Amino acid sequence: MYEEGLHNHIVKLLKAGVRLDGRKLLDYRKPIKVEYGVSKTAEGSARVHIENTDVMVGVKMEVGEPYPDMPDQGTIIVGAELTPLANPNFELGPPGIDAIELARVVDRGIRESKALDFKKLCIKKGEKVWLLLIDIIPINDDGNLIDASALAVLAALKDANFPKYDEKTEKIDYKEKTDKKVELTKEPIAVTVVKIGDSFIVDPTTEEEKVIDTRVTISTKKDGSLCAIQKGGDMPLTSDEIMQMVDIAIEKAKELREVL
Amino acid sequence: MVYKKRIDDRGFEETRKIEAKVGVIPRADGSAYFKIGDTWAYAAVYGPRNLYPRFLQNPKKGILRCNYNMMPFSGSGERVRPGGSRRSKEISLVTEKALIPVLNLDEYPNSVVDVFIEFPQTNAGSRCAGICAASMALADAGLEMKDLVAAISVGRVDDKLLVDLDYAEEAYEDVPVADIPVAVLPNSDKISLLQMDGEISKDELKKLLELAKKTCKDIYEIQKKALKAKYVKEKVE
Repeated sequence: MYEEGLHNHIVKLLKAGVRLDGRKLLDYRKPIKVEYGVSKTAEGSARVHIENTDVMVGVKMEVGEPYPDMPDQGTIIVGAELTPLANPNFELGPPGIDAIELARVVDRGIRESKALDFKKLCIKKGEKVWLLLIDIIPINDDGNLIDASALAVLAALKDANFPKYDEKTEKIDYKEKTDKKVELTKEPIAVTVVKIGDSFIVDPTTEEEKVIDTRVTISTKKDGSLCAIQKGGDMPLTSDEIMQMVDIAIEKAKELREVL
Repeated sequence: MVYKKRIDDRGFEETRKIEAKVGVIPRADGSAYFKIGDTWAYAAVYGPRNLYPRFLQNPKKGILRCNYNMMPFSGSGERVRPGGSRRSKEISLVTEKALIPVLNLDEYPNSVVDVFIEFPQTNAGSRCAGICAASMALADAGLEMKDLVAAISVGRVDDKLLVDLDYAEEAYEDVPVADIPVAVLPNSDKISLLQMDGEISKDELKKLLELAKKTCKDIYEIQKKALKAKYVKEKVE
């Protein structure tokens, strides 16, 4: 009942060009804050605030065996945990489908943009490669976790230094960080465009997320080319609508790029 | 330009050979298989049926539950570990989202429509083949539907725009590649599944969406023909 009423109310507001919190349709909440190095134990970490949405990301590094079909490449492994800490609707236990989707959408943005050269994570071909284990933990969920998480992951990677690795003893000394940084050649920015009624908005709050018809997350690089897309939500879209959403994402990514 | 000719000699806008059939699992309320090249999807529909545990029930409408699963021997590389992975869970989710728009779930309060999708063998394009099979199986189950759902992956290898990428094309090295699975509701031309990974420009995406819609119209004809074939045959007997 509540959600139906809320949907009608929000649709009416959006038609008049206003949001529940007074924002315009295509405005992000401001300011977007990025903190680097928020966890001393992580090899790299960052925390992104989009007003009340607060996401922490840490990168741990391990040395492991490469996949047999990619013997000279390291890799990234992105996980997300939606704990009841951040939202009372989240539950304890193994990652549910929302957490899995979040992690995979963010993973794809980084992987497919080729932001990282996985070959540079190789220590010894076929035997030893670096694995970058990236974990996304929302601290407070007030909507738009995907965009906030993608931004935080990028920031955490920029923050990361490799720990000291002794090739003879094959041990990592986590206490000693080297000067070696993770080389990021590109910076993919994820923008989620949401459709409610006939209106497109960005950066939804949790209240707006309750009544979403469709969302499309689009990751773009600096030159405006696209590197990952994920559609969510129950309603289908026309290709014209999709192209409009792509335009919005390219435009908004420019803004987000500046906060890093 | 490196990619002048497709590995298997197909035209750039040509799909692999498609074969579709409904009613292939007699025990199920509805079933179908959909083969495209070496990718082979089976779908079985059970329901609408009572949903347990009861706290999952929705008194206002039924729910659709899809499960995508690769048989352990169906991957081109190592054995696929049974029991589901993060990948299969995500694909199950997007499959549900692709199919929901054509169903009238308001008709089945407190109930569930279960769709099980299994693959005996795959060579890329499995989520699209699974969606094609599932939508036929839903129709075969006699559920009220607003449309069928047809799905195909489009994409690019180097500067060529392609339809129905196979595994070798998806994994093509040293040139830009993009893979875009798309599901279309053929009667309204609306898109209910859209994912992409790879590298692509806005203009290319626009062209590929049109290409996907065109191809899905052809797939739609194959799906309809398969559905009709079941009943035409039964009439003769």
